[in-house]
Amino acid sequence: MSVRVLKPGLLGTLQDRGRPGHAAIGVGRAGAMDLPAWRLANALVGNRGNEAALECTLLGPTLRFERATWIAITGAPIAARAGDTDLPTWTACWLPAGSVLQLGRMAAGCRSYLAVRGGFDVAAVLGSRSSDLHAGLGRALQTGDTLPVGNAASSAAPANHPHALPWRLDPRPWFDFAQTPLMLLPGSHHAQLDEVSRQALHTGTFRVASDSNRTASRLDGARLQLCAPLELISEATLPGTMQLPPSGQPIVLMAEAPVTGGYPRIGQLAAADLPRLAQRRPGDPVCFRRGTLEQAADRLRRREHALDALYRQIARRLQHDGLLPA
Amino acid sequence: MPADAIQFEPLAEDALLLRFGDRIEPVLNDRVHAAVAALRDLPSLECVPAYASVLLRFAPAAWQGDEAASAHQRVERAARIALETRHAPAGAGRIHEIPVCYGGPHGPDLHELAQHLGLSGTVVVARHVGVDYRVAMLGFAPGFPYLLGLDPTLAMPRRRDPRTRVPAGSVAIGGAQTGIYPAELPGGWHLIGRTPLRLFDADASEPSLLAAGDRVRFRAIDAEEFADLDAARHR
Repeated sequence: MSVRVLKPGLLGTLQDRGRPGHAAIGVGRAGAMDLPAWRLANALVGNRGNEAALECTLLGPTLRFERATWIAITGAPIAARAGDTDLPTWTACWLPAGSVLQLGRMAAGCRSYLAVRGGFDVAAVLGSRSSDLHAGLGRALQTGDTLPVGNAASSAAPANHPHALPWRLDPRPWFDFAQTPLMLLPGSHHAQLDEVSRQALHTGTFRVASDSNRTASRLDGARLQLCAPLELISEATLPGTMQLPPSGQPIVLMAEAPVTGGYPRIGQLAAADLPRLAQRRPGDPVCFRRGTLEQAADRLRRREHALDALYRQIARRLQHDGLLPA
Repeated sequence: MPADAIQFEPLAEDALLLRFGDRIEPVLNDRVHAAVAALRDLPSLECVPAYASVLLRFAPAAWQGDEAASAHQRVERAARIALETRHAPAGAGRIHEIPVCYGGPHGPDLHELAQHLGLSGTVVVARHVGVDYRVAMLGFAPGFPYLLGLDPTLAMPRRRDPRTRVPAGSVAIGGAQTGIYPAELPGGWHLIGRTPLRLFDADASEPSLLAAGDRVRFRAIDAEEFADLDAARHR
């Protein structure tokens, strides 16, 4: 089974949970920018592991499915059609053999996830199928690519036309339509920001700059300054680390964060808010409210519990619907 | 190692930084490698060494346990105990001899660097091959080693306009540091030579030729030997 890329869209990459454990040799984690959306897309097609899904950016691809299969689309709201049938998102859809799936523009947000039953089965590199463009591992989708799909039994073959399950997930807990403020923890050099800059960071509005990507979200807005320049040596960096380069434009490192960096570390985005920043497109507003590590850890725990509970609930419903072999 | 001289800084929900100092100094970097050796067997923990710090990334769920202590407190406690009780053998780390063809098309900046320093190209090369280096850390790109030990008379500020493409294998000087580009990358360091060795291969069982804490010695080769070694690698 394979999927043929007829049009690649703006930037399509295969992503799984990422590539932990190799930072010491200079290889970052990469992985899906919006991990909950990635996980729920997989859950909806009955994938239970670390299957790779397609992460689309702003404009989705056009794909031909060689064989009939189940797919699911989550993340940013996106127009999806198979032939002349509009497909819903946040549910599983059956595509008959030969279907051409057209993903259009995203109505909001920046990244949608397309999961296919069995997962996209490209060769894993260092234990992951994630593309890491920053590290030169994997690459973006191109016209003519053939993406292999893993084998997975699915007991139901409901129709010879595209067809969605009668239920869908409520996307609201998992997609930040209101673009509310993000929680920022003070970083190692936060205290060295001057008074005006500290004010601007916590009360001002920034906008995602057009040169943002999977490596970093760059923030246009107030230029921030330190009281005095700092001479720093390189230390490990993480997704969510807010750095302040000499230009004064704060940047938040994202999934393809380099593993080390020498810029002042003025903040750390709460991990639960990383997917929310990942869904802000160039021009979208970004505000920060101050939080503590305890608050951030608590939010992350609660989100993971909610995600685990939903994951189990989806598996039960799929079994009930006969999509998953019992 | 006295664990009380170390600064522990929580960086994120799943990350704790151990800082030994804020300077690039061999003695601090030695402590980094000793710490990584002492900590690497702790479960559910990834160690990321840098010049004078080690990042510990942990699985919060694995370190949570009871309510009395946070995951960060538990990791810090386990790290302090490991650092005080486990001692890595001194001077650990493999030695790699890296053949380098200096100057000419493989080291297009050697001439300019020598002129800037008021030295001859031959002296620059002699001083570059004349010492052993330590891999302080890997970063910037997969397999890129930051090497400690550069003769201070060879330091030169980075280029004002970085190259968009530096060939893989280029050996370079940037400020007081020297390193090797493992792949074709953008870069602002001065290219003084090039090695035919492959520093990073994601499909190999050990993807990175070098590990933090390893030692490196350069050996000057001529263009002919470079071509032979390069051809042998591709056979």
